[in-house]
Amino acid sequence: MTAPRVGIIGIGQSAFTRRRDDASYPDLVREAVIRAMTQADLDFDAIDGTVYSLSPDAMVGIGNAERLGVDAVGGRNKPFLRINTGGATGISSVAAAYYHVASGACDVILTAGADKVGECGDSQTVLNKIWDPTYERQLPHGTITMLAMSGVRYQHKYGMTQEDMARVVVKNRKHAALNPNAHLRTEVTVEDVMASRMISWPIKLMDCCPQSSGGGAMVLASEKFIKQNKLDAVWITGVGHCTETYYQGDRMGTGQTADHADAYALGKACWRSYKMAGITDPQKQIDVAELYAPFSNTEFHSIEAAGLAPVGQSVPMVNEGRFSIGGEIPVNASGGTLCTNAIAVTAMIRVAEVALQVWGKAGAHQVKGAKRGIASGNGGDHQFFGTAVIEA
Amino acid sequence: MKGQTPMELLKRQETWNITYTHALGETASWFYTQLRDNKKLYGRRDSKSGRVLVPPRAFSDQTLEPTTEWVEVGPAGHIETFTIVYEAFNGLPPPPYAFGFIQLEGADTAIGGFIRGLELTDPSKATEKLAVGAKVMTQFSEKRTGDILDFWFELI
Repeated sequence: MTAPRVGIIGIGQSAFTRRRDDASYPDLVREAVIRAMTQADLDFDAIDGTVYSLSPDAMVGIGNAERLGVDAVGGRNKPFLRINTGGATGISSVAAAYYHVASGACDVILTAGADKVGECGDSQTVLNKIWDPTYERQLPHGTITMLAMSGVRYQHKYGMTQEDMARVVVKNRKHAALNPNAHLRTEVTVEDVMASRMISWPIKLMDCCPQSSGGGAMVLASEKFIKQNKLDAVWITGVGHCTETYYQGDRMGTGQTADHADAYALGKACWRSYKMAGITDPQKQIDVAELYAPFSNTEFHSIEAAGLAPVGQSVPMVNEGRFSIGGEIPVNASGGTLCTNAIAVTAMIRVAEVALQVWGKAGAHQVKGAKRGIASGNGGDHQFFGTAVIEA
Repeated sequence: MKGQTPMELLKRQETWNITYTHALGETASWFYTQLRDNKKLYGRRDSKSGRVLVPPRAFSDQTLEPTTEWVEVGPAGHIETFTIVYEAFNGLPPPPYAFGFIQLEGADTAIGGFIRGLELTDPSKATEKLAVGAKVMTQFSEKRTGDILDFWFELI
């Protein structure tokens, strides 16, 4: 079966920063929506419905905050639903929006949201609460420790050093310095990263994403609508998701279902997107990638899961500049999640940034000649991996 | 409002403090009762695959069959992964502390727990000893309440 083509016709994002004291939560959503609607050059009446992107409520401190988003997205009298897959929320929202159009249910759909992580003084305390209260929350587990433990296994298995991790930070900060919407835009050196304080071995402060505030929005439309209205678009040609067991301890030991060092289910999600898009050799067919990696060490297994490097072999390739702007397949040319993390929309921004790249609209961080790219989002403790292939 | 004198922007602070009383269910209740009363750790065997799941669960996520048998595991094991936390987080223990996932003898998967009895001030020194594959022994608290914190691991 050939999937009907769904196009992206509008993208809006905030200039992300720690706090936005000039904007309430719905103000931030509206900011991104207006930007996306302006690019799409559509009236709100043209929008058939909204997929709302919102991860754990406690991060914005408002229970079911999507209710506040209804007005901000122009949702009155229209279908509206919320998606929450943790860190993957944004890309799951794009997927849900895609299916609304691909199924024929809607011609034009909006997906939008915002986060104000910088307003939450206790984000790791909130994220500790995603662990089960029976066996793991008391440890106390959290997202940093969960991915630090992935890093320890990756180090053990493939020989990554802390300096290697630091070089990911150096690369992404250099990229972010070119992106006016990125949160952390100051360039750093390997020495700066190595001198930053230890948070959760082997992750140091500069190996961590920031707590960002800002909004994101995208307008998707059917090929028929785009052609009838002579609109400019880039195309979603692949969509994939995959999950793994809840129990991290099952991803290690002799009875392991996958290795916590790697991102096995992310790999499956990537290949589902590739298959749909007709991609058989991503190292040759992918020009640009925006891979969700909130900590420096996780960029390695994400690059490998996306098939842009053999498993366990991405470290020297990052060090050689293969994944830097100017290299063969730039990864996170926007600076990525490592430089900006407004959790509810982070994975949507991955899709948006790939779309801007293949559209030739990425500005100073444009990857020359990019025509096809992959975006990914990760949520929970490997429960939600989402991917999308975008083409000009 | 651009171009005008910066206006005063207000904030409002709020704290969430919510109490829950979580039911642990039959499987975890049995596991924790054995831990509390007999200082013993058990996993659940999935009879279809033979895999012993620790911490114990009522069903296998792989075969999707109910687990059928309690299997005593440990108290010896080895580290599968770990971290040492040096940052303080609100409502979480004061740093530094080490915890990780341990594959206990007789188990096919790893269970989380604190790793104690190690000087943690210098991470480089601590990680000379703390490593994937390092052997550990389970230690039990004197006063056990039926919780994951009733035991911890120490390097052998």
